[in-house]
Amino acid sequence: MSTTHPSPGGGTLATWVRDLGLGIRFAVTGGREGWTRTLLTAVGVGLGVAMLLLAAAVPAMMGARNDRGYDRDYSWFNEPPKRTASTVLFAPADTSFRDDSIRGLLLKADGDRPVLPPGVEAMPASGEMVVSPALKKLLDQPGSKLLRERLDYRPAGVIGDQGLLGPAELAYYAGSDKLVARSQDGSTGNATRIPHFGRGESKPEPLGGVLTMLVIIIVVVLLMPVAVFIGTAVRFGGERRDRRLAALRLVGADSRTTRRIAAGEALFGSLLGLVVGTGIFLITRQFSTEVTLYDISVFPYDITPGPGLAALVALAVPGAAVAVTLLAMRGIAVEPLGVVRKATAQKRRLWWRLLIPLAGLGLLAPLFGTVSQEDAGVNPYQVTAGVVLLLVGLTTVLPWLVESVVGRFRGGPLPWQLATRRVQLDSSAAARMVSGVTVAVAGAIALQSLFTGVQSDFVTATGDDPDRAQLSVSQSVDSGAQAQRVEKAFADTPGIRDVLGVIQDDAVQGNASTLKSEDITYATLVVGDCATLRELARVGAGCADGDVFLVQDPGGYGDMSFAKPGDTLDLNTPVTDKYTGTPQPWRIPADARTARSRVSPDGEQTWGVLATPAALDVAALPSPSVRLMLRTDPGSPDAVEHARNTAARIDPTLTVFELTATHESRKFTTIRRGLFIGATATLALIGASLLVSMLEQLRERRKLLAVLVAFGTRRSVLGLSVLWQTALPVALGLALAIVGGAGLGAVLRTMVGESPHVDWASVGVMTGAGAGVVVLVTLLSLPPLWRMMRPDGLRTE
Amino acid sequence: MSTTDNLMEAVDLHKAYGPTPALDGAEFAIRAGEVVAVMGPSGSGKSTLLHCLAGIVRPDSGSVLYRGRDLTAMSDAERSALRRGEFGFVFQFGQLVPELTCVENVALPLRLNGTRRKEAEARASEWLARLEVGELAGKRPGEISGGQGQRVAVARALVTGPRVIFADEPTGALDSLNGERVMRLLTDAARDTDAAVVLVTHETRVAAYSDREVVVRDGKSRDMERVA
Amino acid sequence: MSIGHTLLGLLESGPRHGYDLKRAFDGKFGHDRPLHYGQVYSTMARLLKHGLVEVDGIEPGGGPERKRYAITEAGITDVEKWLAQPEKPEPYLQNTLYTKVVLALLTGRSAAGLLDTQRSEHLRLMRELTERKRHGDLADQLVCDHALFHLEADLRWLELTAARLDLLAAEVAE
Ligand SMILES: Nc1ncnc2c1ncn2[C@@H]1O[C@H](COP(=O)(O)OP(=O)(O)O)[C@@H](O)[C@H]1O
Ligand SMILES: [Mg+2]
Repeated sequence: MSTTHPSPGGGTLATWVRDLGLGIRFAVTGGREGWTRTLLTAVGVGLGVAMLLLAAAVPAMMGARNDRGYDRDYSWFNEPPKRTASTVLFAPADTSFRDDSIRGLLLKADGDRPVLPPGVEAMPASGEMVVSPALKKLLDQPGSKLLRERLDYRPAGVIGDQGLLGPAELAYYAGSDKLVARSQDGSTGNATRIPHFGRGESKPEPLGGVLTMLVIIIVVVLLMPVAVFIGTAVRFGGERRDRRLAALRLVGADSRTTRRIAAGEALFGSLLGLVVGTGIFLITRQFSTEVTLYDISVFPYDITPGPGLAALVALAVPGAAVAVTLLAMRGIAVEPLGVVRKATAQKRRLWWRLLIPLAGLGLLAPLFGTVSQEDAGVNPYQVTAGVVLLLVGLTTVLPWLVESVVGRFRGGPLPWQLATRRVQLDSSAAARMVSGVTVAVAGAIALQSLFTGVQSDFVTATGDDPDRAQLSVSQSVDSGAQAQRVEKAFADTPGIRDVLGVIQDDAVQGNASTLKSEDITYATLVVGDCATLRELARVGAGCADGDVFLVQDPGGYGDMSFAKPGDTLDLNTPVTDKYTGTPQPWRIPADARTARSRVSPDGEQTWGVLATPAALDVAALPSPSVRLMLRTDPGSPDAVEHARNTAARIDPTLTVFELTATHESRKFTTIRRGLFIGATATLALIGASLLVSMLEQLRERRKLLAVLVAFGTRRSVLGLSVLWQTALPVALGLALAIVGGAGLGAVLRTMVGESPHVDWASVGVMTGAGAGVVVLVTLLSLPPLWRMMRPDGLRTE
Repeated sequence: MSTTDNLMEAVDLHKAYGPTPALDGAEFAIRAGEVVAVMGPSGSGKSTLLHCLAGIVRPDSGSVLYRGRDLTAMSDAERSALRRGEFGFVFQFGQLVPELTCVENVALPLRLNGTRRKEAEARASEWLARLEVGELAGKRPGEISGGQGQRVAVARALVTGPRVIFADEPTGALDSLNGERVMRLLTDAARDTDAAVVLVTHETRVAAYSDREVVVRDGKSRDMERVA
Repeated sequence: MSIGHTLLGLLESGPRHGYDLKRAFDGKFGHDRPLHYGQVYSTMARLLKHGLVEVDGIEPGGGPERKRYAITEAGITDVEKWLAQPEKPEPYLQNTLYTKVVLALLTGRSAAGLLDTQRSEHLRLMRELTERKRHGDLADQLVCDHALFHLEADLRWLELTAARLDLLAAEVAE
């Protein structure tokens, strides 16, 4: 049986298999201690694996959501489809309730075989609706009275999953017999005719270059700490393992054999971790229905990693576990009589540690200024490799930093001395402990500064002034009289304090009927009382009913040359390029004054002819629309819901806008939300790994703690020393993260052509979040510390 | 033996861990400058007795009088202060803080009492020299032998000038020669400073350094001097 | 213990008078049983006869105690041989103690109690030896250690026996 003898050369496959197998046996049969260690590793790796699987499922998840979104969407056709037995009329009737937005569509079948949106079994009859399960639940809640009043349809069914983006989506389809197909020129009708649901051939627009880069970096930044965490998890209980390996050396195993046995143990732990991780993944997936994070909810079956990515995780994790173990064991010598650390003898060198981030920089530098949103061509591998190298570089520089800074400390108060000495003795363990936080914070800082750099491209100031009015409504009406009824309806709505309303129409030159269509020029006609006009232009305190004001377009595009005091305008504006109908002249009073435009509460710069009601009879306007700005009562939080109900009574497709100061591109918003979700999960993971390493450190020092307590050491001394012992490397790690993160951020900003400036606010927030996690972890480790400071530790095993 | 010359006296100590009684009516008394060996088979309750006497563990019942004060009635903080100020400890092994140098280890109890670092380390150096390990001052515990480490630990127990030194199997991990040297240095120093020593051991040769012995069996103590 | 070999060994460091030899012997090895002068004479006479020592000189005044002895080549070889030869292990105290322990068990007394008393007795002597060791020179320490280790060995044997017999008693009682 020659195979059972340890072969001194030991490189063959057979010896590898044998020793790995031996390691696996130790992991299984190592008694209670061996099991604890294996389980700890398995749970740690499992958490990481679950994160990786989740990340691997994101592309498929987004794809599935996108597909369903496209399948239920509608297209506009240049040539309106012919009415057939299967065509359908629709009008969007989205609304919001409190903080939730509700997708709504009014439908009317043209014939008896109407096409149906995905997830809907039968076309709702007029006055009926089908609702998503989440909306059904919301409607059934006692607090949803206002919503029930608004969606005043009889529920006739439930939308199936294939018609929803996620389980928590609020959506309804309501039947309406009031829908009339819009005429070709859009002047009549309120609905669009479609032959089918779905966008057909049209594909989602690709992410632009900047967004692609953002996504890549988010993924890298979120997954790097997971990798670091898995690396830490594989080392859980390493010291005890080394002692056991030393015992094996004593009975004749050579050092290669011990290394392979250790690899076998790590392999087993990580394989178990894969199983645990898959379990955690499958279980959390089930809970995804219950969770709505940042407005996104997903169906469990959407969270399915692509087979390629899943296979990559399954191979990379055990492979990395073995690699990390072998690497860690290079730093120590397991001798028959115990473990000798080799590393401490030599001082760490900086130069090769700097090579790694420099290599990353070298990869990214050629891209400076080349990435733009219009151009989708970013080489994802180059960006990923560059960012990964830069961040990995931080973890290689960190041990050097910790060693060279902490190595200088001498003396100080006792807790400080205990802590610094501890870190001095094993600076690599300290550096390892905080490398996850360092990478996460550095990545987050870099991302944040990239975000603030590019967000001006995606976030636009709306110009809204929510201080002057809080809601706005616009609606075309049949007549001035109807416009006044609409205004009155909102004025009578509970919670609405004030209504600023104008009635608008367009006017053209007085001789427009004789002009060629390209020569016809339009100006806006705005009718409102003095109080309202004051919000639109600087009409002055002297405004009285009967006045007319002429306002130039501050944007410079509008032409007012045909609208001077005394000029005649034609109120019959053509809706197509040919003038039709009879002219409807109106003369601008000779005493009309000029006024300068002013940004209105709804963010617009109104220009044209502003008239008070006595100067221009609204009944005379041929195609008026009403534009309202509502001021709500601050004491009535449901004012907006009441206003929406009023709007729905007037016309279900009428939307009430809440005035906000900024507006974000939807895609950008989605990415930002993804980042927040990921960052939360990553920070939680980092906290967990920090906690485990800390508890492990404490457990290894149990006996020593007990001796110190016997000496009469105060708890505060030990507590403080534990705090310092964590805080010191963390502070250094965070300092490095700030430098590295700001540097990486500057590099990324240069790549997208922004100035490389540092966003100190986000540096503060991210560093604070990292520090917060550490403080939390320290607090959580105090109760076990107090417990370990009991005399039980004095018993010798 | 009159009760009043006793520096420390324990009466009817009971302590149970779960259903197992570790101490079951143990008694103990020691005078200043006396070295008392606590002997008995392993698991008989020797360490538990020592822990109760030193105020590390609070007995379930019974009292421990130290210079007229009852340790069992003191708060945790008061007992800690007492241990810092008046007691010294030597254990079997693993008691030196591995990241501190030997001189820092010895200075530790002084610093816990608020002595400044310079002064504490100066006094620690003196004690190291007295225990014949002065040249180890700058070394870490991982770099010295077990016997040397134990002498450093003795120096640490003595550095505050304690009135009672508690030693639990102080030579348990040492060979005979080092064990003898440690015992000799420990008892010599205790004699010089008139400190009492509670010496838990199962080795008779080590117990021979004591003035008298107390045997613990099944949590009950037997004072062999009184018996004799 | 061979007195002849011991005296020969003492002569190896240099010639000595008879009374000098007795003092050295008593000081180093004879704490419990001092040597008689007669023993010295007869032993030295025997060694002379075998050619292991020779008379190095006689002080005026006569008398055997005035003779100065020196070791011969043959004597040195003899000491060397003696030192190299292991001693026959000799059961001596064990016999008595064993009898006592067995008796204790038979009469239902605790072997542990006997052990404690015996140890107390042993310790009394061991403390004395330890104290002597504190103040003596190296040779004193070696001699005391020898005695201490033997006493300890007795006790350890007794301890083990007592523990075994107590176990046995517990089994018997069940
Ligand atoms: N912290 C503890 N928890 C549970 N049992 C304990 C603890 N400390 C001691 N014991 C038990 O109490 C008994 C006496 O222990 P100990 O005083 O350590 O004995 P000795 O020091 O004489 O070997 C033993 O049975 C031991 O198992
Ligand atoms: Mg013990």
